[in-house]
Amino acid sequence: MSRILLLQGNQAVVEGAIAAGCRFFGGYPITPSTEVAELLAEKLPQVGGKFIQMEDEIASIGACIGASLAGKKAMTATSGPGFSLKQELLGLACASEIPLVLVNVQRVGPSTGQPTSPSQGDVMQARWGTHGDHWIIALAPTTVPECFTLTQRAYELSEKYRVPVIMLMDEVVGHMRERIDLPDSYEDIAQPMRKQPTCAPEEFKAYATDESLVPAMPAFGSGYRWHVTGLVHDETGFPKGTGAATVAQTDRQYHKIYDNLEDIVEVEEYKLDDAEFAIIAFGGAARTAYDAIDAARAEGLKVGMLRCITVWPFPEQQVKTLASKVQGIMVHELNRGQYVTEVERVVAGVCPVTLFGKYDNEPATPEEMLAEIKKAMGK
Amino acid sequence: MSYAELTEKYFRPGRLPHIWCPGCGHGITTGAIIKAIDGLGLDKNDVAVVSGIGCSSRASGYLDFNTVHSAHGRALPVATGVKLANPELNVIVCTGDGDCTAIGGNHLIHAARRNINVTVVLFNNNIYGMTGGQYSPMTPTGSKASTAPYRTIEQPFNITDLVQAAGATFVARGTTFHTAQLVDLIKKGIQHDGFSFIEVVSACPTSFGRANKCGSPGDMMKWQRDHAVMKLAWDKMDAEKQAEAKAAGKFPIGVLFETNAIKEYTKAYDEVIAIAQGGKK
Ligand SMILES: Cc1ncc(C[n+]2csc(CCOP(=O)(O)OP(=O)(O)O)c2C)c(N)n1
Repeated sequence: MSRILLLQGNQAVVEGAIAAGCRFFGGYPITPSTEVAELLAEKLPQVGGKFIQMEDEIASIGACIGASLAGKKAMTATSGPGFSLKQELLGLACASEIPLVLVNVQRVGPSTGQPTSPSQGDVMQARWGTHGDHWIIALAPTTVPECFTLTQRAYELSEKYRVPVIMLMDEVVGHMRERIDLPDSYEDIAQPMRKQPTCAPEEFKAYATDESLVPAMPAFGSGYRWHVTGLVHDETGFPKGTGAATVAQTDRQYHKIYDNLEDIVEVEEYKLDDAEFAIIAFGGAARTAYDAIDAARAEGLKVGMLRCITVWPFPEQQVKTLASKVQGIMVHELNRGQYVTEVERVVAGVCPVTLFGKYDNEPATPEEMLAEIKKAMGK
Repeated sequence: MSYAELTEKYFRPGRLPHIWCPGCGHGITTGAIIKAIDGLGLDKNDVAVVSGIGCSSRASGYLDFNTVHSAHGRALPVATGVKLANPELNVIVCTGDGDCTAIGGNHLIHAARRNINVTVVLFNNNIYGMTGGQYSPMTPTGSKASTAPYRTIEQPFNITDLVQAAGATFVARGTTFHTAQLVDLIKKGIQHDGFSFIEVVSACPTSFGRANKCGSPGDMMKWQRDHAVMKLAWDKMDAEKQAEAKAAGKFPIGVLFETNAIKEYTKAYDEVIAIAQGGKK
């Protein structure tokens, strides 16, 4: 049985979180993400979970880290200014490999910017916002149903790879209402579980790994006592000041993600089979492309889209392959040109790359995009 | 239990020696924490120690519990998450005066206001030890520090009054000289069902002591002995005497405030869950 509902993206994220077994939320209100907090305040206690409104965004992610250590799947949600504040402890979660899901419903920035207008100006911050070498996963839903499924996927990846996962939303998707088909009950949905140690507590080394490179993570209170630190540590989990320890930690955290790109990176190909020209887009901005591509094709232009569902790690292989097949790529994003730099780096001149950046508080219309496509194609 | 036995039982093998300088009070305070835990007979698996960053915050790494050495000032948010997610755990926060009252000051008052059952042990050495002796919000006015070469002009917090005003339901102060009392205060704090706060007046001979000509570590301990006044005796002084004592740098030690009138946070949240699930069978 299922329920057919008309939901906002933010509401669908909440449903996805509950379905995936999220039982803790720490947050601080900010437009356009607030509905996530409001709805979880209502839903979490209904399923025995805990909601807490913290004093700021640093504290919110701090509480999530604590809850995750105590064995709960945790979520925090925010937007631009709050995303900046969360960077500090996002780094701790990366360094000490603590799973959690961070929803960032992007709005126009920098600073207070345009609080109720859509943007994708945090796409680079999502990758590099916290200091130091680190690796992170970011997913960008384009539709309301995808908010539901990708939130579950975010938990799956976060628990599997012990890495914070960012749901990189934008105001378009967060606030738009769409039809969604939800199961009546989430009981049959397989819930992602983090790896548990197989050795006795006395033999447990907190960051020792097998070939997966992902250490087991017993909950506080389980009988396995371990130490969590943001200092560089060795496999025991205790601080280690040597260069070799830094290299070992950095490399393992890189490889646990980058050796598994096939599992992690997801893209959608829309009418790419015979395409001579491609659009690269993600999240809410990709919505315009479907109609623009259909309009272009009606005029005989063979256009398609590579939609990055996994925004980070960057779909490097997919973009490389695409570049070898098409005569040109146009990156569409709701900012003045950020993701395009990554596309240019990977395409490396194999085909021309142009930018259709939109940063006037409004998503592009299909007509505007069609005009940009024609311009880029020289038609 | 002797110190050797306590060390064997509660310190992680291979983690000593610690980083603290000779004469530092942090070891005495850490010792008092494990004595309190031992005295209460808590299972090591049921204890979580969360710290921030600083010399004092290094305590978590030495102790054989579920431990987090978080980020500067952020111990309390992490501790709040641990406690709310698993209220069965006894959560103890080790924090320095800079960690707790400067960068973590906002978290402190809000944790106190929520009355969540965590025990904060403030290792107050009146200085930023780890970074080499800069003044903190707990540095007495007129002290020298590496960032106050001409003396500090700021007023320190009265941190016990501050947390009490913020809503803490157990507030105490001890010193590293009065160790038996300190153990007892930490025990009481852990037993208290709500937010408990124990300020430990401690010494940093290396950074504070040297800059302020406080003499040897022993002299700094004697200063604690001569300036701490038992709460009972303090309460017997009239207002004028108390003012005189304060002017002479004296301060009360003991349990300063305690109430059981306010519901503990995780228990209050259990009621939220019960209401939310009220419609269900
Ligand atoms: C965000 C941030 N700012 C500054 C620092 C540098 N820092 C490390 S410890 C410390 C102060 C420690 O002083 P205190 O909390 O009083 O503890 P103590 O070392 O005296 O025990 C500072 C400023 C840091 N680690 N992180």
